[in-house]
Formats: sequence, C-alpha cells, structure tokens
Amino acid sequence: MSNEWHLQKSHTFSPEVMAEIRRAANTGVYSIRGFGAKRQLPNFDDLVFLGASMSRYPLEGYRESCGTDVVLGARNASEPIHLDIPVTIAGMSFGSLSANAKEALGRGASAVGTSTTTGDGGMTDEERSHSTKLVYQYLPSRYGMNPDDLRRADAIEVVVGQGAKPGGGGMLMGQKIDARVASMRTLPEGVDQRSACRHPDWTGPDDLEIKIIELREITGWRKPIYVKIGAARPYYDTALAVKAGADVVVVDGMQGGTAATQDVFIEHVGIPTLAAVPEAVRALKELGMHRTVQLIVAGGIRSGADVAKALALGADAVSIGTAALVAIGDNDPALDEEYRAIGSAAGYWDQYQAGNDPAGITTQDPVLASRLDPELAGRRLANYLKVLTLEAQTLARACGKSHVHNLEPQDLAALTVEAAAMAGVPLAGTTWIPGKDETDRESD
Amino acid sequence: MTSLDLSTGSLRDVNAALQTAESGEFVITHPQGAHALACGLNASVEVKIEGPVGYYCAGMNQLATVLVDGNAGTGLAENIMSGSVTITGNAGQSAAATGHGGLVVIHGNASARCGISMKGVDIVVGGNVGHMSAFMAQAGNLVVLGDAGDDLGDSIYEARLFVRGSVASLGADCIEKEMRPEHLEFLTTCLTESGMDADVSGFRRYGSARTLYNFQPDDVDAASESTERSDG
Repeated sequence: MSNEWHLQKSHTFSPEVMAEIRRAANTGVYSIRGFGAKRQLPNFDDLVFLGASMSRYPLEGYRESCGTDVVLGARNASEPIHLDIPVTIAGMSFGSLSANAKEALGRGASAVGTSTTTGDGGMTDEERSHSTKLVYQYLPSRYGMNPDDLRRADAIEVVVGQGAKPGGGGMLMGQKIDARVASMRTLPEGVDQRSACRHPDWTGPDDLEIKIIELREITGWRKPIYVKIGAARPYYDTALAVKAGADVVVVDGMQGGTAATQDVFIEHVGIPTLAAVPEAVRALKELGMHRTVQLIVAGGIRSGADVAKALALGADAVSIGTAALVAIGDNDPALDEEYRAIGSAAGYWDQYQAGNDPAGITTQDPVLASRLDPELAGRRLANYLKVLTLEAQTLARACGKSHVHNLEPQDLAALTVEAAAMAGVPLAGTTWIPGKDETDRESD
Repeated sequence: MTSLDLSTGSLRDVNAALQTAESGEFVITHPQGAHALACGLNASVEVKIEGPVGYYCAGMNQLATVLVDGNAGTGLAENIMSGSVTITGNAGQSAAATGHGGLVVIHGNASARCGISMKGVDIVVGGNVGHMSAFMAQAGNLVVLGDAGDDLGDSIYEARLFVRGSVASLGADCIEKEMRPEHLEFLTTCLTESGMDADVSGFRRYGSARTLYNFQPDDVDAASESTERSDG
C-alpha cells in the first residue's frame, strides 16, 4: 500500500525553490543566466481582436492592400529610417553573440527591409556590412564606442535601460571575453565583465537633452536618435525621453531577454510589456507626440498576433530578440542531446553566459560558432519575419484596416480582468475597463 | 587663422566649419558656455576657444588640438580618441569620460568622475579631482598634481592613477602600488607634454588589486567530496 498520500508539496518551498536554496548555499554566488523572465505574466495572449462583422467591413485576406511600412525618426533627423515591415531586430552584442549569429541577424533583417541593432561591445564590420539598416547603441559602458561607427550607423539608440534589468548593467562572463572581444571593449581577457548601469557623463533628462544635441552635432543632424528604456515607469520615462529630444522611444518590457543577468533581476524587476505599452502611448498622446515620436515595443514578442496587438495599442513598430535567436537555431530540438550533455535540454537552454552554446549562437568558441551557417540562419530569420508580417496583415485586414498602423484599441477585447486593466480595453463581452469610468472612456 | 564668432553664428555652422576642415587654425570667440562646441572633429586642425564652454566641449575628438581659454562644463573631451584638449580653467564633472586615447590637460581643478570609464586616454589635472574619479577606469593614465576626492578608482581595471597630493579614500578594489622607474619616466614625459611643472618623485601610484575581476564561487559540495575521499 502506497504511503504517497502524505507527500504534500509546498507551494512556498517548491522543489525548484529548494533547489535554488541549495545551489546558493553551495556556491555563495547569485544565479546568473540569460534569456528573459520565465514566470507566467499577463501578456498579449490575454487580448483578442474583434474581427469585422456588421459594423466593420473586413478586407480580403490575401490580395487587398494592407501596408506595413514605417518611418522612424523624422522628428529631427534629416535621414529618417524607412522600414518595410514594423518588426526590427533588438540590440544584441557581438560578444554575447558570435560573429556568425550577428551576420545571420543582419542578413535576415536586410532581406525583408528592416533594421538590426548593435549591442554593448561596439560595431563589427561583419554586422555593418550585412545590415542595410543598422542602429548603433550608445550604452553606459561605451565599450568600443567611437565616432567613426557613430557616423556610419543609420540611427543611434541611447540605451537608458533594458526590460530584463531596468536599473542594472550588463554582464559578460569571462568564458566569452576572448582576445577579440577583450580588445573591442578594452578589458583584460577572461574578466567577468560587469557593465556600468548608468551613463558616465549625464544624469537625468536635462543632461540627456544636451547629450542628444552632442550626438546630433557629431552626426550632422542626419541620424534618428532613439532612447531605449526598460519598462518600469513608462509613462514618465517616455515623457522625459520626448522632452530630451528623442525621435523614437523604445520601451522594453520585463519579458525582454538578456545575455547574462542575475536571475533575481530578470524575474523581479520591471513590468510586463502589455502593461507598459498603453502607459507609453498615454504619455505620447498627452504631449501631442503620438506618431510624431515613434514608439517601438519590445519584450516577449513572438507572433504576428503579438505584433498586431502592440500596434493596435499604439506602437509604431516592435522589436524582437529572443524570438530572432530561436528562429536562427537557439534551443533547436535537433540539438537536444548536446544540450542535455551540458545540463540543460532543448527548449530550456538559458545559460547564454556560459559560452558553450551547441547552436553556435551565444558563444565565442570558434568551433561552436562555425556550426551556425549565417546564410541559412539568415534565411530562417527572413522567413520568420515574413510570417510575423503576414500574420499581422491578416489580423489587420480582418479588422478592416488597409495599414497595420490603422489598428486601434477599439479592435481589441481582453480575456482577463488584469489584461483589461493593463491594456485599457474592455473585458470581452462587457464594456468594463477596470480603472476607467464611462466619462474617462468618452474622453479617450 | 579663421575666426568664428558664436555671438553671430549658430552652433551648427561653427561645428560644421570645424568638422569639414582638413587642416588650419581656428579661433572661436564669444562661446558663452555653448554646449557641444567643437565636438566630433576628425582632422589635424588647431582650435582655440576664447572663453567658457558648456557640456561636451571637444567630445569624441580625433586628431584635433583644442585649447579652451576658460572653464568647461560636464563631459569635457568625453570619449576622446586622439589629439589633445587643454583648458586653462576648471572642468565640470566627467571630464575625459570614457576617453580611448589622446591627451586631456586641465590646468585648474576637475570635478567628480574625472576619467570615469577611461579606456586609454591620458589625463593631467593641475589641481584637484572630485569624488569617484577614475570609476571603472579601464586603461590610460590619470595624473593629478593636487588632491583626489573620495572613492578614487572604484572598480578600476587596468588604468594607472598618479596623485601628488592626498587621496580622501580609495574605491573598491583600488590599492596603492609601487612606483617603479618606468612610472617616473612616464610621468616626466607626460608632464612635459602637458606643459606642467612638477617633481615626479612626489607622486604615488594607484591601480587595481584585481580581486573583483572574476566571481569567486565557493564549492562546498566539492570540498565535502574531497574530505570524504581523504577520509577514505
């Protein structure tokens, strides 16, 4: 007779919690990993589109025109960026990623007319030459920062924060600081690099305004300037970024990925992307800057549905990082045996800091990196970006829109009370938006 | 010699004239604390600014020689790559921040975070530097003829810090190091190039203890297994 009836699992001290306590007790070092938040969070799946019916006319699903292009940075830049699709590739550094992975991202994005972004470690010739539109990140560490790269970029992204760790700096562990990475960052080889969490020469939005003027002066007022923030207080941060002179605001929710950060940071700092978008849009609208300053939303975007929902809530474009890595081969089930050999499994691999990625993506090991064919991986990314776009168009047409930017909050309903409150759209089947009374809604 | 007057010309016009010149000497009059003045230069031009400047003067300088006859605001010569930037007065905070190369000479005092995240630049300060100077300094040399404020060289990597006066306190992982002949030789050359007159024997050197370069995890399980093995 079994005695298992008395084996009662604790929700407070679950096996996973106890395993982490034991790991901490054994090492004395906090858990560091890559990827993004893994806990269950309110997200775009909690919203649905209200397709056209009696009160709306749909567009034919395949043939009727439904635009997807977007112009970024026309507020102040004489050379704004024109993208064919509203999906961009987020900043990921050479160093955290292999050169082949960066090349694949450039090839895939360029094939479908969108942009890629550098990362904390400077610009490589490989990514510049394979990216027709390249955004150059301007980060607190200023690793590899130089004015020649600033001038050869197509846009500049001042990184204030990142969704995976608002208020925190980056990490790159010693296993990945090989001779080339160390040289680009002026660091000793093999050091566990901890990037600065705040910019060295400005504090606050008043200083940032002057910093942006300097960047514009150095680049002749040609390049769009983005300001990227980790979603924490998106209403205030967006307003302050606009005040500081941003052409584009990038809001990265807490599902956004990272190459390496403390697990406690990834899971416990910041707010979900779904909650951040309406607040950023509210700030832009109150300033009369919605659509003049573009909003790019990032953090956990996976599908054309996510793209369309972000746009419907008021974003101009989205940015993907983790999904792009999956598209080029990260966590591929074909490598399951190799992932298991290093203590993980396909679909679970998040040890981007370890440098031993069998997919050849989050590594600087030349043997592992050579496994990734940048041409094939680039094709996979291009295909994935095409699908995201086709899906977003399909949903837009179903709502009767001839451009994905014509999607609006009124096309959405929420499946949970939480999502209704965060997104500011009615709970499905009701007119109820938690936190808003009828007067508020009429004034929207 | 070309004269550019900021009381009549715009910042954009002045910077564009400097940025497109391939050589020559320029004098900028009436700077009136303008921000981002003479930034992004990329040729062997000589620029003299007659008066005080605001934030980010000579930012990201390459090759040019810039002299400010006055004081400078935040971020003087930030991210300088090469060439030289000299000011006769005092500098605000974050002077020569993240500089990758070249020489920055401040005849007066420099405020907080002088040389923060420096990556190869040489900085010479005739007076004192404020707190958190050389924070996360990666490479290059900071030479201070006066005193240094609190937390000098916090989280420093491989930069070298030379201070003639007192140091209020050293930051995390920053320690005093031995002055060897090559350091005295460097100081002699550097001070001469900077137009500074000081006895090099009065300087003390500070740098990284390198104890924060890598995480140092314990491994209790391994120690336990080892003990068990030895007991066996």
